[in-house]
Amino acid sequence: MSPAVRFQNVSRHFGSVRAVDGVSLDIEPGEFFALLGPSGSGKTTCLRLIAGFEQPDEGHIEIFGETVEGVPPYRRNVNTVFQDYALFPHMTVGENVAYGLMIKGVEKSVREAKAKDALAMVKLGGYEGRRTAQLSGGQRQRVALARALVNGPKVLLLDEPLGALDLKLREQMQEELKSLQTSLGITFVFVTHDQGEALSMANRVAIFSDGKIVQVGTPTDVYERPASRFVADFVGSSNVLPPEFAASHSGTPSWTSLRPERIEVVSDGAAIPSGYASVKGLISVISYQGAVTRITVVTEKLPLIASIPATTSLRKGDHVTLAWPKAAMVAMGESA
Amino acid sequence: MTAMAAEKPRGIAGTISDVFFTRPQLLTLLLLLPPLLWIGVVYVGSLFALLLQSFYSLDDFSGVVVHEFTLATYSQLFEGSNVQIILRTVTMAALVTVASAIIAFPIAYYAARYARGWMKALFYLAVMMPLWSSYLVKVYAWKLILAKEGVITWFANALHLGWLLDGILALPIIGGPSLSFSYLGTFLVFVYIWLPYMILPTQAALERVPTNFIEASADLGADPGQTFRTVIFPLALPGIVAGSIFTFSLTLGDYIIPQIVGNSRLMIGQAVYTLQGTAGNIPLAAAFTVVPMVIMGFYLWMAKRMGAFDVL
Repeated sequence: MSPAVRFQNVSRHFGSVRAVDGVSLDIEPGEFFALLGPSGSGKTTCLRLIAGFEQPDEGHIEIFGETVEGVPPYRRNVNTVFQDYALFPHMTVGENVAYGLMIKGVEKSVREAKAKDALAMVKLGGYEGRRTAQLSGGQRQRVALARALVNGPKVLLLDEPLGALDLKLREQMQEELKSLQTSLGITFVFVTHDQGEALSMANRVAIFSDGKIVQVGTPTDVYERPASRFVADFVGSSNVLPPEFAASHSGTPSWTSLRPERIEVVSDGAAIPSGYASVKGLISVISYQGAVTRITVVTEKLPLIASIPATTSLRKGDHVTLAWPKAAMVAMGESA
Repeated sequence: MTAMAAEKPRGIAGTISDVFFTRPQLLTLLLLLPPLLWIGVVYVGSLFALLLQSFYSLDDFSGVVVHEFTLATYSQLFEGSNVQIILRTVTMAALVTVASAIIAFPIAYYAARYARGWMKALFYLAVMMPLWSSYLVKVYAWKLILAKEGVITWFANALHLGWLLDGILALPIIGGPSLSFSYLGTFLVFVYIWLPYMILPTQAALERVPTNFIEASADLGADPGQTFRTVIFPLALPGIVAGSIFTFSLTLGDYIIPQIVGNSRLMIGQAVYTLQGTAGNIPLAAAFTVVPMVIMGFYLWMAKRMGAFDVL
């Protein structure tokens, strides 16, 4: 079966800026796929290339095996949930949701029934007659989702779908989106700069930097085995160890990632467990974060960050020994 | 010395600022009072005096205004030539408005969606510049352009299209001896003079249609024509209605253009001018003035009912 979305060496330039630079990517049918990267990394342009708002300058894009070069957005079987929702202010909620069906010439009673179902699916049953201006951010988000899904797209594109929502609502919507995707089985492609969101929602993640994909993999892959220093740093936080430091602590002599939560504080005089590497240092920063406490320890060579239980009695200025399983050191590629 | 939690106000100006800051309603009242007095006394007051006049009547023999309430003056509006004046003016205003909207829309659309940088500056300059020169001069210039010996006739002859111009002038009603003595000429000058008032609000309305509405519409399957009909036009409508209020009401009340360019048949503005001047029939002049006000009120009410202001 052909992939839901296939990018073959796709580039898109804006003047001298290579917004998307030689991207190749296969998104499989039914995947919940995240395009993750900092702003300006090309992830949104990729989404717009799938939607058809942009055309590639080079390369080739297929949607379910069909080439989409020269196919305008209104003839693509994909729908988008826009970042600021783009709900039409001159239509009611029901008319917004039924818009795509109205354009297709679906009979009024049929499209109204479908819009009603779609709104019920996003838990906004009975909101048909409301004006969009009367809705809260979370409700607008749901209307935008219903408006896209009612058309039965083959691929649903979501541009920073949860960016404008507050934390609690965002967590709730993450779960709802995920269960919606599972029950509908539609391919979801979403753009985000929030690595937590990407890791918690997606089956697979593509990480963008400067218009290029630097790593594609499952959330576990990209978190546990970052391919480069950029990924290690961008996805979660990480101690990036230079080759010589890694080598002197029984790692491989290459740039190495060490996650803060893998580092433990060993009490004075206690033996270092076997299979662990260790280093001595001085706590320079201690920051309470609720669930954990994060300490920065200045060692002879470099500062290390460790996440330790919040119940710690350590204080700034304490001398400590840090230890971590040697397996927690992940060698990465040379690229920055 | 201990540090004070609050500083002392700095002088009288500081004290006044403090009073206004803590009592914003007071500031609003002070700012609004002069313009409200102006509007109340000078503007609404004179309008009310005008309305009052229209309920008086003119004694036919003595030519003196009879200060007794009567609807007789209003009933005169519905007599032969007066009805003709009203119908003529309303038809002209409606046609001028429709033509202005049709001409203005593409210009406004280009300016709002595509013009950037110096192109935008050029647009504003081109639209606004005619408003900087005297209205009277522009109308006289048009009289020369439209005259039998004018540029248009010359141009038509040079292109061997004199027959076309003659054909148009031979048309009943809109034609006449020359463009400057025809309804067509009056219409052209009205459209020229009021066009900026249609372009600017339309452009402002289009400017407020975000690009992602257009993208969302395309994303949901609408081709550009459908997007225009279902998204862009409805959202631009309040601007077009705002523009039409200008073009319609300005045409209804104008008495200079039809006097300089056009045939000798009167428009409402000219009727008012003549009635209050030489004829001294202030009550009928006042009644005539009420006509555009009633028409505009009705027009706005219709526009509101049709939802033209829903997205404002």
